[in-house]
Amino acid sequence: MADEPLVLGIETSCDETGVGIVRGHTLLADALASSVEQHARFGGVVPEVASRAHLEAIVPTMDRALAQAGVRLADIDAIAVTSGPGLAGALLVGVAAAKGYAVAAEKPVYGVNHLAAHVAVDTLEHGPLPEPAVALLVSGGHSSLLLVDDLARGVTPLGATIDDAAGEAFDKVARLLGLPFPGGPYIDREARAGDPAAIGFPRGLTAAKDLAAHRFDFSFSGLKTAVARWVEARQRAGEPVPVADVAASFQEAVCDVLVSKALDACRANGVETLVIGGGVAANSRLRAMAEHRAAKRGVRVRMPQPKLCTDNGAMVAALGSHLVASGVAPSRLDLPADSAMPLTTVSV
Amino acid sequence: MLVLVVDSSTPAVTAALVEVSADAVATRAHRRTVDARAHGELLAPQVDAALADADARPADLGAIVAGLGPGPFTGLRVGLVTAAAMGQVLGIPTYGVCSLDAVGRPAAAGEPVLAATDARRREIYWAVYDGAGQRLVGPEVSAPSVAAERARGLAVTAAVGDGAYRYADVLGLPVRAEPRWPDATALAALAAERIRANAPGDPLTPLYLRRPDAVAATARKPVLP
Ligand SMILES: [Zn+2]
Repeated sequence: MADEPLVLGIETSCDETGVGIVRGHTLLADALASSVEQHARFGGVVPEVASRAHLEAIVPTMDRALAQAGVRLADIDAIAVTSGPGLAGALLVGVAAAKGYAVAAEKPVYGVNHLAAHVAVDTLEHGPLPEPAVALLVSGGHSSLLLVDDLARGVTPLGATIDDAAGEAFDKVARLLGLPFPGGPYIDREARAGDPAAIGFPRGLTAAKDLAAHRFDFSFSGLKTAVARWVEARQRAGEPVPVADVAASFQEAVCDVLVSKALDACRANGVETLVIGGGVAANSRLRAMAEHRAAKRGVRVRMPQPKLCTDNGAMVAALGSHLVASGVAPSRLDLPADSAMPLTTVSV
Repeated sequence: MLVLVVDSSTPAVTAALVEVSADAVATRAHRRTVDARAHGELLAPQVDAALADADARPADLGAIVAGLGPGPFTGLRVGLVTAAAMGQVLGIPTYGVCSLDAVGRPAAAGEPVLAATDARRREIYWAVYDGAGQRLVGPEVSAPSVAAERARGLAVTAAVGDGAYRYADVLGLPVRAEPRWPDATALAALAAERIRANAPGDPLTPLYLRRPDAVAATARKPVLP
């Protein structure tokens, strides 16, 4: 075990400053600093606020990760960093930091894709990923279905949201219901006391006419508007809004579409493994529904523990470790932060 | 002692290796590229190249000096986080210096001078230095006309820096040719006393001078007519 590479991962694509350390597939440290509270009053992540927070947090977060893992920077074999996609200014803090660590420690640096890292993190808990696999990645910033042929060298996009990300829909509906930002955990909590069948909210892009062009794409904008209409109609009629029922019915609609399309993608590609990642993968209903329906279809679902579903440094370290083990060449020192990094690029 | 100097507060992305001895500050390697849009790409390779130029390795460094700005935020952070990360790996102190000081100080020649860099949005970052190079006012960010008026009140006779070039007509002052960008040797010289005394390092906090652009969420618009 000791001769497996010791890899550091740095994540700064949104509002979490993450530093993770792995040895091979073994997680040694996962330190996180979040600026989420600074964004709450704005109802969404403010890029400049996030960038400032990353700069302040990176060195102390690194110190905590090193202490957790009981290693020194000089012991690290390679440094991986999220180079995209994400908020440009936020990414740049992590990328520049990674290069600073790499130059000073005279170690290679790997600029990696954030979405591929969401897939790779699962290997820390469940071991090497059978390929091909289908991955469903859902968060406040992305909602994608992809075919993972070779996690080290390239993944194939199958579909993505054509409007809002799933997590964004959770945030907007939470706001509508008077729940705090970010909305995901609050909707999840409220929904537990509600009836998921109380209100029949629409399932975007599931009608036969939509499936032809958007079989594996998502749309959450219409759902969000439908929830708003329903709630406003209640309010105008002077009736109380049954928050738990709205939350449960909304959540059911989102999860239903995500799971149906993910399992359809597995069937269409003859794949028996489904990996779910991203912040929305921490949602308890999504996890339960995916387990239940996948079992009926003979598909094995792999989901990291909720703490590893949201953005963190461990996922970047996990992907970096996989790249090192796969013999992928490191990035050049002039590697850029790429806010629109395509899914087909795993590392640069 | 071999000192790494970095500054990314202006379009001039700078990395230099400077020897700070008991009685001198001498530049051994200097890399600079002027490009306002590629700080993140340019800085680390330049640090690497400067080390190679000086035939040195990172472990040979005794301290790092970084320009704290003011400057456009995204580029400015590149220099500071690079310096902070390297300092953490090497276990050496990092010292912050106001980047404008490395423009105004070397330009001082007996009479007050206005040092200015571009702040975008038709504004400049500026400060005023006395004839010996001590900062009298600033750093501030404002329209060039505002800086010009303040400079007149301080009997400033010349302007220097890229911001002075850009807004020479509004400032109405003769522009000194050099330094146009924060000078690496001056940055090291401005930290030399602390370096020689082996003073504790600074947290590298940028001189932002502007608050983030952000508006608090407003009331939601209803979807029903
Ligand atoms: Zn993410």
